[in-house]
Amino acid sequence: MAKITLSNLAHSYFPNPSGDEDYALKELNHDWVDGEAYALLGASGCGKSTLLNIISGLLVPSRGRILFDDKDVTEAPTAERNIAQVFQFPVVYDTMTVRDNLAFPLRNRGADATYVQQRVQEIARMIGMEEQLNRKARGLTADAKQKISLGRGMVREDVNALLFDEPLTVIDPHMKWELRTQLKALHHEFGHTMIYVTHDQTEALTFADKVVVMYDGRVVQMGTAQELFEQPEHTFVGYFIGSPGMNVLDASVDGTTAIVAGRDVPLGKPYAKLAGKVELGVRPEFVQLTSDEGGIPAKIRRVEDVGRHKIVRLDMSGQSVDAIIAEAEPVPSGSTFVSFDQAGINIYAEDWRVDPIRESAA
Amino acid sequence: MNKTVNQKAWFLILPVLLLVGFSAVVPLMTVVNYSVQDTFGNNVFFPAGLDWFRTNLQSDRMWDSLQRQLIFSAIILLIQIPLGILIALNMPKRGFWASVCLVLMSLPLLIPWNVVGTIWQIFGRADIGLLGYTLSEMGIDYNYTQDWVDAWITLVVMDVWHWTSLVALLAYAGLQSIPDAYYQAAKIDQASRWKVFRYIELPKMQGVLMIAILLRFMDSFMIYTEPFVVTGGGPGSSTNFLSIDLVNMALNQMDLGPAASYSIMYYLVILLISYVFYTIMVNLDKRDGV
Repeated sequence: MAKITLSNLAHSYFPNPSGDEDYALKELNHDWVDGEAYALLGASGCGKSTLLNIISGLLVPSRGRILFDDKDVTEAPTAERNIAQVFQFPVVYDTMTVRDNLAFPLRNRGADATYVQQRVQEIARMIGMEEQLNRKARGLTADAKQKISLGRGMVREDVNALLFDEPLTVIDPHMKWELRTQLKALHHEFGHTMIYVTHDQTEALTFADKVVVMYDGRVVQMGTAQELFEQPEHTFVGYFIGSPGMNVLDASVDGTTAIVAGRDVPLGKPYAKLAGKVELGVRPEFVQLTSDEGGIPAKIRRVEDVGRHKIVRLDMSGQSVDAIIAEAEPVPSGSTFVSFDQAGINIYAEDWRVDPIRESAA
Repeated sequence: MNKTVNQKAWFLILPVLLLVGFSAVVPLMTVVNYSVQDTFGNNVFFPAGLDWFRTNLQSDRMWDSLQRQLIFSAIILLIQIPLGILIALNMPKRGFWASVCLVLMSLPLLIPWNVVGTIWQIFGRADIGLLGYTLSEMGIDYNYTQDWVDAWITLVVMDVWHWTSLVALLAYAGLQSIPDAYYQAAKIDQASRWKVFRYIELPKMQGVLMIAILLRFMDSFMIYTEPFVVTGGGPGSSTNFLSIDLVNMALNQMDLGPAASYSIMYYLVILLISYVFYTIMVNLDKRDGV
């Protein structure tokens, strides 16, 4: 087990990268604390897998260094790093039995036979495959094969880190839940550093202590589920996390008020003068429908009833806004007004969140 | 899905039946017809029962040819399959050189059989052939027309040169279909190069290798043109393989009856061995090993 440090790390798949856009992974400084469970969340092609492969040593970064417990392993081959990794699609050795599959990483390291036997039994119990230990892996379902892959990843106790590259993509929804729970239980039991790549926010938020959101080759925010929800640092985090995502509206900000669609919106906290692209972000949970004419006029386009609550899709002079309202609340038809809860408002300049000026300083 | 029963639909396969009838069944039946009859010319035939089969089975000639043929096919498979795999493993996976390799590898496959025979016939000659001349200049006694060992070596090397590419290309296709994740997982599991081959590459190549073995077996078992051009079955009858022997019997001796029964037995042996290969192949695919 180890702390993993990324220092000025960047990677490009081009031999001679010129501009920023040539980099699949832009310069990055980050510490992965020993024993924590992280989720690496982002849309497809944002550099998640690149980062993972750099950590596991399948890829050598173009720039920067990677340290395990302050030991430089940038050039070290995968074998030396003592990492376990589980891939998106199940990798099993077809001609071996389930038992031999699970024992493979241990035997390759010359582990003692009785230890292997006992450890394989333990892992098989954990992934629920004790009964199938002696059958060939060939012909098992994708679920079962992926469980074997997970099991092979976890069978070594001394790994520096466990990396998961969207491991539950091929698994049935109900099994996903079960496997994720098992992974979490495993994390509590052994305290391995775990990095879990996914593009599914539910998976990320339920699995990890800390969620790292990546966008366009950059880490845009790292935080707990609550932090990502309440204070998205980047507009991407806002609309990537949450269902539906955060409303991002063109605005101009002056002191404690913002002007959105020609109407004043009180912010409750002062902001410095902002230039360039300024936007106001507010999650649908903080948008209310009101008959008060002090709000912003909007037209209701559609109402989606998801059972627990209703999602109202509105059109606010050309910009679309989503609101979440209680199941019991009546929805007015046609035109209405919306207002925003001040606690849920964040201000963005050029897509990055701006902190309000502290009151004491004013 | 509910299938409707309509017996008239059988008529739809009539055209195919006719086609197969004229292309395969009728010619085959002609051979069957010859095999059970005898003639003294003038197109007058009289039934001979299974006499020709009995004669052939009792003669050493057919058994000797069959034995030579089996040994030849076995040597061919033992060399070409491992060599083809070895070549495929060492070919570049992608990029410019991969294309170059593919083109170079497929070149021998494009050369007609009798041209290959002619090439090696001349190549091996001690007076004007590059190989034969070089060997004799080096003091090695090499003469494929006199020495049966030299003749066999020449034929085996020629076939390896001609057909190993096929095995290599098939194996290469099998290797290319293995996702990168398998190699990455093997690295993470710290598998040795041998284990990667044994547990990832070989199982994934299994299907194409069975096809390669089947094709190479059938082709080598039916080989005719190249040995006919290079050695003509000699020296003596040391390279008299089944096809060559059969043609001698049918065309040179005009023994149509014995040749026809010979053909049928030849055909049945090929069918039998191919069936065995096919059965093994299907069972390997199904094998779950519960």
